[in-house]
Amino acid sequence: MISFMLNNEVEQISDVPPDLTLLNYLRENKKLTGSKEGCASGDCGACTVVIAEKNDSGKKLEYKAVNSCVTFLSALEGKQLITVEHLAKGEELHPVQQSLVDFHASQCGFCTPGFVMSMFALYHQSNEPNRDDVLHALSGNLCRCTGYRPIIDATLNACHNKQPDKFDLEEERTLAQLDALPREQQGIDGLYTPKTRQALANLKRNHPDARLFAGSTDLALESTQQLKTLNQLISVSQVPELNVLQEEENGVRIGAAVPLNKLKPLLLKHFPMLDELHWRFASMPIRNQATLGGNVANASPIGDMPPALLALNASIVVDNGENKRNIDINSFFTNYRQTQLATDEWIESIFIPYLPQDSISRAYKVSKRMEDDISAVCAVFNIEFDDKHQITRISSGFGGVAATPIKAVELKQLEGKNWAAKSTYELGTEILSQAFQPIDDVRASAEYRQKMITNLWRRFWLETNPSTARIQTRVISHA
Amino acid sequence: MRKLIELPESPISDKQGRIGKSTKHESATRQVSGKARYTDDIPEQVNIAYAAVGTANQSSGRIIEINLTEVRKAPGVIDIITVDDVPGHTDIAPVFDGDPILADGQIKFHGQPVFAVLAESVTQARQAALKAQIKTSDENSEPACLSVADAKEKEHYVRPPYSMMRGDFAESYASSQHQITQQFDVGGQEHLYLEGQVSLALPEEQGRMMIYTSSQHPSEVQKLVAEVLDVKLHKVTVDMRRMGGGFGGKETQAAQWACLAALFAQRNQRAVKLRLPRMQDMITTGKRHPFSNSFSLGFNEEGLIQATKIEVAGNCGHSPDLSDAIVDRAMFHADNAYYLANCEIEGLRCKLNQVSHTAFRGFGGPQGMLVAEAMMDAIARQLKEDPLTIRKRNLYDDDKRNTTHYGMQVEHNLLPDLIEKLEASSDYWSRREAIRAFNETSPIIKKGLALTPVKFGISFTAKHLNQAGALLHIYTDGSIQINHGGTEMGQGLHTKIAQIVANEFGLPIDFIEVTSTRTDKVPNTSPTAASSGTDINGKAAQNACITVKERLAAFYAEQVKGDAEQVKFEDQKVTLGEHGIEFSELVQQAYMSRISLSASGFYKTPKIHYNREEAKGRPFFYFANGASVSEVSIDTLTGETKVERVDILHDVGNSINPAIDIGQIEGGFIQGMGWLTTEDLKWDETGRLISNNPATYKIPAIGDTPEVFNVDLYPRANEEDSIYNSKAVGEPPFMLAMSVWSAIKDAISSLSDYQVDPELSTPATPERIVDAVDKLIATQGF
Repeated sequence: MISFMLNNEVEQISDVPPDLTLLNYLRENKKLTGSKEGCASGDCGACTVVIAEKNDSGKKLEYKAVNSCVTFLSALEGKQLITVEHLAKGEELHPVQQSLVDFHASQCGFCTPGFVMSMFALYHQSNEPNRDDVLHALSGNLCRCTGYRPIIDATLNACHNKQPDKFDLEEERTLAQLDALPREQQGIDGLYTPKTRQALANLKRNHPDARLFAGSTDLALESTQQLKTLNQLISVSQVPELNVLQEEENGVRIGAAVPLNKLKPLLLKHFPMLDELHWRFASMPIRNQATLGGNVANASPIGDMPPALLALNASIVVDNGENKRNIDINSFFTNYRQTQLATDEWIESIFIPYLPQDSISRAYKVSKRMEDDISAVCAVFNIEFDDKHQITRISSGFGGVAATPIKAVELKQLEGKNWAAKSTYELGTEILSQAFQPIDDVRASAEYRQKMITNLWRRFWLETNPSTARIQTRVISHA
Repeated sequence: MRKLIELPESPISDKQGRIGKSTKHESATRQVSGKARYTDDIPEQVNIAYAAVGTANQSSGRIIEINLTEVRKAPGVIDIITVDDVPGHTDIAPVFDGDPILADGQIKFHGQPVFAVLAESVTQARQAALKAQIKTSDENSEPACLSVADAKEKEHYVRPPYSMMRGDFAESYASSQHQITQQFDVGGQEHLYLEGQVSLALPEEQGRMMIYTSSQHPSEVQKLVAEVLDVKLHKVTVDMRRMGGGFGGKETQAAQWACLAALFAQRNQRAVKLRLPRMQDMITTGKRHPFSNSFSLGFNEEGLIQATKIEVAGNCGHSPDLSDAIVDRAMFHADNAYYLANCEIEGLRCKLNQVSHTAFRGFGGPQGMLVAEAMMDAIARQLKEDPLTIRKRNLYDDDKRNTTHYGMQVEHNLLPDLIEKLEASSDYWSRREAIRAFNETSPIIKKGLALTPVKFGISFTAKHLNQAGALLHIYTDGSIQINHGGTEMGQGLHTKIAQIVANEFGLPIDFIEVTSTRTDKVPNTSPTAASSGTDINGKAAQNACITVKERLAAFYAEQVKGDAEQVKFEDQKVTLGEHGIEFSELVQQAYMSRISLSASGFYKTPKIHYNREEAKGRPFFYFANGASVSEVSIDTLTGETKVERVDILHDVGNSINPAIDIGQIEGGFIQGMGWLTTEDLKWDETGRLISNNPATYKIPAIGDTPEVFNVDLYPRANEEDSIYNSKAVGEPPFMLAMSVWSAIKDAISSLSDYQVDPELSTPATPERIVDAVDKLIATQGF
């Protein structure tokens, strides 16, 4: 049984296929057709719904937009699912809805419910958001008609004239209703939601073919795009060990099941140069679900975070319920979408050591579209110095240049050299121009990728040398 | 009725919908609350079944066997059809033959539907469709043609080449002071309407078929469904309330799914829905035509064009579809806004083993207009002049240089004035100086600026399509239903029609209900395309209003003994001199006196004619105009681009609804910007589309919206007698985005101190921009 609230009603579900998506549940089972299917792959946002749950204090609700088309029902356990049908109070539209009407911000209207829900989440999350906040909040919603200008204006207007809405007024009642939901069950047949490390180990042993997932933003595509039937699914989202988020003596530890948006403050506190990589990681609703553990586990050569983890010399803690192992990220990825994980293991957490004082690092991503796109090339560089500005250690991580996320080992030759010297840059260029054999695909040609490897290296050198640091190197203004 | 409805005491409403007011989109409230119903949202019948299509896994070949054994055995499967199971026509092409409903012996493109399967659930149907084995042979089958170059070499055309000319190109080219030749490719474009293709077929009694579909052309769906089912047209009714976006992608491309659903519905006597999953939608439906363009250009010292020879070669895919008219429109617009003195323009319709490319906002016009803009940039660089100066010099004027290459006079030529105003409001020249200064001190990031105009011909070039109908009903409380042949795809057509009817009767907008487009209300309609929706349906609706108004006026004039010509409909009242009556009151009296309160309206566009043999005539009722200034930044290391600021001044005549018109302009611009920058269609070497989902095909996202985006309407009435002297606005703003392309070229050209015109095919992806930068650096020794 999975218990949750659908808008104002308590729902208890037991008899559904494990791979039923929220969107199909809403449209087919509940006949709530306000949420639309535009792509069924988490790319367009027409299906966006909001999940409300208790925040860490347990006294307030927090509202997050998610793509219902790539979310399984386990994500709802103990939470409130809010759909577009529920926003208005009778005939009175919610302020974000009214603002869209007033600003002429809907044309064909098919994307509109999704925008409404992303705006609604922002309305509750942020006071006085600026234009960039709006762009980030709506980064997962595509509109093909309006060109977005009226949507941006409508969102700013609604959020800047914020009044308590019916959800604020009903918050205490909703919290009480959520508290009253039964919690003891372990999911439904075929869709398991273990609450302890041991339960996860047992389930994995009893269902060796079951697929593990946390945010489901990648796994769900096997169901919605490849039409596979996923009979056995285990959500790791509720296992405490996978939800740690802490500063340790030598670095930060991030549980594998922590969504990217939740880990953002801690990650950026220590690694501020990952800011752009973070906000350009898919879209807001995807980041509300997707996890660092998932991004590492699926071992895609074009995942956004593995290059950063490589350059930052992270390590991965894996577990099978009995033994934990610590694996250096540099040896974690073994082949195309292959890792060192044994069949009975899962990723528990990722540890990223703090950067030493004298170091500089930058993370770059190049893609056709700035937002919600997959890298053609991702490059992350990290250099540590001694007091004479000699390089003591250099590390790097690349995406989109090989079958796995990969580092340029040969850059080690730069250690001991002066970073400011042009010859150092040139040696790096020479090394990098031969380091990888990237391939052609839909995103870019091999030739372009090769150019990006060295051109991003050039950007890195320009940006981090006092003599050239004033040169403008970026076209993006919002971040 | 026996007893009339009681009229409310004070019926005055504040919901004004007058002409020129920004009345809200008629569906806005329903859209934001999730209540607007699209085809897939219609409550389902208890006996509904779901269809899916199985597709070819190669680009060509002769089908030897379609083994469906495993499909038939799959869970939930009810029925399967191939082309052999179609009782009527198997070709559903809109104009010229060539579009089989399901593959007919030969495979024409990778992803072509070969069979369809019906099952109890959507997933069962789609899963079953994957289980077929399609055996093919290359014997007696031509090898796949996968490039325009290959098609040109083999003269593989879906329609014969066609040319337009004026004067003597060869002689004037030879005597020109300057000559330039150039070749560039123009990418196609996936429509990516947010609502994919979907149809629902309901079998009714007496062999009738009811179709709910997301289509821009219900009448054609009706005709094709009837032909496929082998029944008369009157047995088929098509209902179309709204589309979740169309953009041309549902003009011909919606019919196939309606026909397949209808076939299953007829065979099984069950309601049948066919909705394409996004990836299949992108693979199996046509796109904007990619073009391969070239020109030879002769011009004088002032930069005035003396001679042009232009070739526009459209990649039409495997069949004609609408390609003849699309390539024609590219040819009609190869001048954009400029006078081409001695010219030869040839249009090729290349046949490839690709999905058949189709209508998309601009209908070939944009691909042709890029040639004109490429010529302007080329001249400017050669003469070391600002491209804007060259553009202004080459504009049509009011004197001798005022006739297009197809013999149509450019009347009411407002572009010189419009450009001058935009030049001032956008502060073009001081920004030009600032950008030059910036570029001198910025080695990596370069800025570019460009102003480009748009002159777009309004009318279907197929003359007979320039007709429309409407059906008006006034009910006894004074409320009105209006139905017309146009379809609502978000563009605000129904809102404008409601405003027109409200205005004609002097009523508030909430007296007017525009109902779904239905073939049983207004027959034999044209597609909602060619920007014509409001122009033709608005006039038809107005004509229906006039008919009923004349009856009411005569009736009232007789009552008060006045002149019917002097009767006015204003502010919910009907007045004649000092006499006046509430509109609804008069309606009730008219009903009691047996006056008909219903009428149809009809309209056909005047003045247009075109002789295709001579390639001369007036194919367009008028031109819509506009201009835009774009400022971009490019990163010469990565090719990443940002559109920093856009200023637009656009001509919609007298705007019926400024908010809706501005919405069309902004949305069209951004869609055009996507076409020219990030939207990159890619096929692999086997002819398979690999940019086949929104993860690999990138339309503009919200962060791509320029932060400064100034849009103004050019205040001047249409001199032609269009509806309230407004102008069509659907397509023309799309081409305003050409300034983005030109600005990117400007930024690249700055690397050569504006001496060299960089080659830049579209879309100008980061990769193409870096290549152009590197090429320019390599040739210039920068």
